[in-house]
Amino acid sequence: MGNLLYDVVIIGGGPAGMAAALAARKQGASCLILERDVRLGGILNQCIHQGFGLHYFGEEMTGPEYADRFRKLVEASDIEVMLESMVLSLTDDKVLTVLSPKLGLCHIKAKAVVLAMGCRERTAGAIALPGSRPAGIYTAGMAQKICNIDGYLVGKEVVILGSGDIGLIMARRMTTEGAKVKLVLELMPFSSGLKRNIVQCLDDYNIPIKFSHTITRVVGSPRMTGLYYAPVGKDRKPILEEEQYVSADTLLLSVGLIPENDLLGGTKVELSRITSGAVVDENRMTNVDGIFSCGNVLHVHDLVDNVSHEAEIAGESAAKYALDKFENQGETVTVTAKDGVRYSLPQRIHKGEGKVQIFFRTGDVYKNCRLIVESGDDLLLSKKCQILAPGEMGSVIIDKAKITGDIVVRLEV
Amino acid sequence: MNTICIMCPMGCALNIEEHDGKVVVSGNTCKRGELYGVQEFTHPKRAITTLVKTADGSVVSVKTSALVPKERIFEVVGKIHELDVRPDAKIGDVLAKDLLGLGVDVIVTGTAKSGVPR
Repeated sequence: MGNLLYDVVIIGGGPAGMAAALAARKQGASCLILERDVRLGGILNQCIHQGFGLHYFGEEMTGPEYADRFRKLVEASDIEVMLESMVLSLTDDKVLTVLSPKLGLCHIKAKAVVLAMGCRERTAGAIALPGSRPAGIYTAGMAQKICNIDGYLVGKEVVILGSGDIGLIMARRMTTEGAKVKLVLELMPFSSGLKRNIVQCLDDYNIPIKFSHTITRVVGSPRMTGLYYAPVGKDRKPILEEEQYVSADTLLLSVGLIPENDLLGGTKVELSRITSGAVVDENRMTNVDGIFSCGNVLHVHDLVDNVSHEAEIAGESAAKYALDKFENQGETVTVTAKDGVRYSLPQRIHKGEGKVQIFFRTGDVYKNCRLIVESGDDLLLSKKCQILAPGEMGSVIIDKAKITGDIVVRLEV
Repeated sequence: MNTICIMCPMGCALNIEEHDGKVVVSGNTCKRGELYGVQEFTHPKRAITTLVKTADGSVVSVKTSALVPKERIFEVVGKIHELDVRPDAKIGDVLAKDLLGLGVDVIVTGTAKSGVPR
């Protein structure tokens, strides 16, 4: 390790961090990846199922294989990687305090920083799960790590709360490894996961899913022995008269992911209340010059392929910023989501040349609707959509030259 | 029959019917969807991923090299669990050829925890 000054420092060595570093290096920037685990790859290492890479690589592969493609490219480059290294703090001046086995406690200065820390799962505490707290309650991703990395099955008789993709994937994993998955409960009237995961993870194994249902009480001590659940009314409150019991020694929670942005407490980076990630422009730069964000720490994605693409934008932009190759970009307009669109990203776009892709997520399931993108008084785009669901991120491409004012992304039902 | 295509995250709603001995798929938006629809109607198949234990107690993730008949998933998983693997197995290593005469191989997809270089 030479001096501790880099053009671009990337926090996180998962899919976002690796793609960002490779894109930044391609621009000629000196790069450092800081990763807290013992290897690169992030959460992909525990996602041993198929379904990755169809968009990015044009072939379907497992999570560890997808990670390996990028890891090999990183290892073949002169990107520096510090493993088992935890970033303790970050300032607006882009000084990082890092704890690592090699250097102990040290400061690293970056010209640009790419945030690529990913997200973490909502826990029993985060959703105020009713009942006691016996052993046997895990987040789905934790159970996935214990199973796929450590080689232990966390239980034999399983109920899953929430229909996020990790929960659905774990329903299948637990089943094929010998557990009995009895039931999936989903508070909402629709799944928050991908449709194909309902088919290949639940239907294939005759695992029932009850929509508009939730847990009313977890029982058992010291290990859970079962739980009570009930349908919910329109107010999403459980109808206790219809409460039912199911025995189970394990409860997996798949109730949402939250970008892990705690590190930004020491900065002035503005966070969105909806995505829990930074507010960014089309280059994925935050309101603090030289701090960029991408992947699940920016907003939770459904597909790693989209993470890789987004991270390349952030990495390339960070390098250009660090090397003073950023062209003066002029005026920005805001992008706001409304009328059924829960959020859209980026939240700011510069006027100018070229095309820009706007990602969005709806708040509910909408069939045969129209997605409208307006700029000032002008209609930029009106697209008919057969179905839009919260579990599946959508995107549209607009022409920057046509931007005349602030942009609104909305639905017409 | 009606089903959801699982070939990509789009999740197209498929309608599959037989007309004069020919399987007709509609609702798909690509060629892969049509092939999946025909296969799902005639003989459903799935890719399998699971784990193989190493002698030191770690696990190595594996996949089948091609799809296997859906009704034989548990038989195939059971057979894969009986395989031996070294902790230093590399991604792409072939652990078994032509498993159960199904014409599929078992391929290593990940590195064991104990096999991560430190």
